Amino acid sequence: MPRPPGARSALAGPAPAVPPPCAAPAVASSHRWAGKRGDGGIAAVFLAPVLIGFAVFYLYPAARGAWYSLTDWNLLSEPGFVGLDNYARLVRDPLFWNSLKVTGGYVLLNLGIQMIAGLGLAALLHRLTRSLLVRSLLVVPWLVPSVTTGLLWMWLLDANLGFVNHVLSGLGLAGQGFLTSPDLALTSVAVINSWSGTGYTALLLYAGMLLVPAQVYEAAALDGSGEIRTFFRITLPLMRPIIAFVLVVSLIGSFQLFDTVAVTTKGGPVNATRVVYYYIYEQAFTHFKMGYAAALALSLVLILGVLTFVQMRLLRASTSDLA
Amino acid sequence: MSGIGRPLAWACLLLAIVISLFPLYWMLRTAITPGRELAGDTAGLLPRNPTLFNFQRVLGLASREEARAAGGSGADLDFFLYLRNSVVYTGLVTGVQTLLCAMAGYAFARLRFRGRDLLFGLFVAALMVPPIFTLLPNFVLVKELGWLDTYQGLVAPSLLMTPFAVFFLRQFFLGVPREVEQAALIDGAGKWIIFWRVVLPMTKGPLLTLALTTAVWTWNDYLWPLLVAPGEETRVLTAALGIFLKQSPNTAPDWTGLMAGSALSVVPVLLLVVFFGRRLVDSIQFSGMKG
Repeated sequence: MPRPPGARSALAGPAPAVPPPCAAPAVASSHRWAGKRGDGGIAAVFLAPVLIGFAVFYLYPAARGAWYSLTDWNLLSEPGFVGLDNYARLVRDPLFWNSLKVTGGYVLLNLGIQMIAGLGLAALLHRLTRSLLVRSLLVVPWLVPSVTTGLLWMWLLDANLGFVNHVLSGLGLAGQGFLTSPDLALTSVAVINSWSGTGYTALLLYAGMLLVPAQVYEAAALDGSGEIRTFFRITLPLMRPIIAFVLVVSLIGSFQLFDTVAVTTKGGPVNATRVVYYYIYEQAFTHFKMGYAAALALSLVLILGVLTFVQMRLLRASTSDLA
Repeated sequence: MSGIGRPLAWACLLLAIVISLFPLYWMLRTAITPGRELAGDTAGLLPRNPTLFNFQRVLGLASREEARAAGGSGADLDFFLYLRNSVVYTGLVTGVQTLLCAMAGYAFARLRFRGRDLLFGLFVAALMVPPIFTLLPNFVLVKELGWLDTYQGLVAPSLLMTPFAVFFLRQFFLGVPREVEQAALIDGAGKWIIFWRVVLPMTKGPLLTLALTTAVWTWNDYLWPLLVAPGEETRVLTAALGIFLKQSPNTAPDWTGLMAGSALSVVPVLLLVVFFGRRLVDSIQFSGMKG
């Protein structure tokens, strides 16, 4: 399944920030040509393939996943019903809580770096240039396959021969095992994924900045507001819907960190980068504890649901001050 | 902006571009460094004795002995086979999914039928579900069907639809003016005909936009292909790189070979930027505007 890795999964969940411009019945009935009986028949034709796909590869597995989470299945024998045992175990599993903590740390780091750097870059683009070339170049890292990104940065951050340590020693600083030290590994992974995602985030934010009407800036300039002040007092507040959108989308994306960890650290050193996605993967495909993995996955669904809801509420995402 | 503000701002922007691109340059620089000399030759912007041998050996164009002598693990990438698999995977998923989801997006935006809002709400809810939840049972399903290491197993879950594509295209079709369709309807054409003859040709742009995003995601996809199609015959490029890394000795990874393989995996991406740069940038910004 195409699942954009790490921060790149960005677009996987842009639903929340978009106000449902649906208002279906009113709109539809206002069109005379739509007829009185609706389009049930032809709609079925339009929707059939997608509905089959949805039923077989989304609904059915969701039901199955929920069922597995109540069993002790190991992929080989028949699944045996164990009630809520997996959930009871999960609550007492220190590695699960550790994985949530690690994921939380990663999400904060990754969102922090990408939002701040992304906003800065977007502001620079907005004030300096409309050059397509500049924007294309900034988005190149996002296009590099995450496996390649992981490999490349393993090499750049290599403890002995890596370029970054080369620079450090040139500055007279001690070399670091960026991906092998428990203190630095998670930050390193966050920096790696920020490298790949910041240009993309900046472009999303830049698009949002273009929506702020020019008159607003003209008025601010007339009032003698400086660059920095205008940015914080005018641009940022007016961009709230797009910032909320990017935050929600990156939050969901960051929780799905897998590829970079799988390539560079494999969860180590000593659990320092064992994020929840990787932990679920290990339970399922290294330890063959399908039941437990399913219970973990379902818990992740719930956690993300709650987080998204809270975030939407806090950011009042769907209301724009421009409206 | 006045005074030193503007040059300073440009300097920041240029720095960002350098940070974005330098790692890729370093990848290439490493790939053309002779394996034996890497330890003593990591400083300059260019290696002392540039060589294409690393590319030859990861592509399997050099003999095992020669490759080992150059510091390789003897593992090679059957690059063109994996490239073919990646192209098949990406091409099938992108083409079929975009078309089918366009049909569904159009139905959700323009047709009236019972249960429409409920159904659409279900799709939106599915957007929030982290893929790993359905990935585990989907793996089991593909295994039960005997589809491991087959193309059909590889493409099955994403071939027909993703909730995101349906959502994206519905939002798009909502914004298309109805006048054209109206004219066609008055001419007596049915919705089916209108969709294929009028709406689709009119909306090639956004369809291509979505297709590009889907293509990038599918091309970069790692976990699913690694799980269901790790076998030589169906292995895609990303999975191949992961496996290539595993075959490289842990203590002294074959960096020159790994970087040569990595550089090869980036070539298609760079082609995409060269040919579709504007559309790619537009497609990201379009998501931003819609936010």
